[in-house]
Amino acid sequence: MALLSFLFNNKPKTANMAKERLQIIIARERTGRDGYDFLPALREELIAVISKYTKVNAEDIKVSLDKQGNLEVLDVNVVLPDLEVRN
Amino acid sequence: MARIIVVTSGKGGVGKTTSSASFASGLAMRGHKTAVLDFDVGLRNLDLIMGCERRVVYDLVNVISGEATLNQALIKDKHCDNLFILPASQTRDKDALTEDGVEKVLNDLIKMDFEYIVCDSPAGIERGAVMALTFADEAIVVTNPEVSSVRDSDRILGIIQAKSKRAQAGGEPVKEHLLITRYSPKRVEAGEMLSHTDVQEILRIPLIGVIPESEAVLHASNQGNPAIHMKGSDVSDAYGDVVSRFLGQDIPLRFINYEKPGLLQRIFGGK
Repeated sequence: MALLSFLFNNKPKTANMAKERLQIIIARERTGRDGYDFLPALREELIAVISKYTKVNAEDIKVSLDKQGNLEVLDVNVVLPDLEVRN
Repeated sequence: MARIIVVTSGKGGVGKTTSSASFASGLAMRGHKTAVLDFDVGLRNLDLIMGCERRVVYDLVNVISGEATLNQALIKDKHCDNLFILPASQTRDKDALTEDGVEKVLNDLIKMDFEYIVCDSPAGIERGAVMALTFADEAIVVTNPEVSSVRDSDRILGIIQAKSKRAQAGGEPVKEHLLITRYSPKRVEAGEMLSHTDVQEILRIPLIGVIPESEAVLHASNQGNPAIHMKGSDVSDAYGDVVSRFLGQDIPLRFINYEKPGLLQRIFGGK
């Protein structure tokens, strides 16, 4: 077996794996630092605006930033309270 | 106008001190008055690499605390008349490096007409490393073509972009340079090692040079001579190219392609 692999020199080419893994982890680590520190303030203002029109709990508003390929997606998720049933 | 250059990496053991010593020596060999400062308080090694360990009397922390003057602490290099070494303290803890203290030392060096001040950063992202990069005009980020080194380089770039005085002032940012060390063209060609273009594509900063993996580096440190003085070696030429590029020359990369040894070389094992 050792002789075979010596003859055919089929050492694994792992550099590509290293590159792919680095691209993914570094992209993720960069989103934390590249100027997206406005998220908490954005969330506060969204709560204020939405509260003007409907009653909403602060913890029912979630703001997050995700990266999908080259696209960055700002995800705002608001859970509206159940409407009170009127008689 | 003096320039302050930090040599940094995040990860340890990638060649920061080797590179600081050769880069500072190279600048001095081209006639520029240069100082090289060791910021690794508690684990100093620049003095050993520069071969001046037995001449250390005072250090950076002595100067900051006023126990010695800069003139007393600076050690003149044995090869270059216009190169001076400021060693780190071996005994104190790293909290001795205060921002005001470091700023004063750097300003005093500028008043002494130093053209280039090279700051050899410790590994990690703690006080010593942050102090080394805080006042930098330019940064040389030393990276090995290996996953943990590349990731840590990206991390330290983030810290430069957040914590340096230039970043905080919001003007011209710190000029960043990528220096790839311990590069093996043979392994890159075999697909076993990240290529310099891979690393550059990931880190997205301009490349200032590629230093090949070489036995000459150990020989140099054994003797206490910066590797750039190992005349005729690839490493010496590669560091010389780095200095030329830093000073504005546009020269092509060398030592990035693997040359198969010829038949005679294979038989006689020549290098």
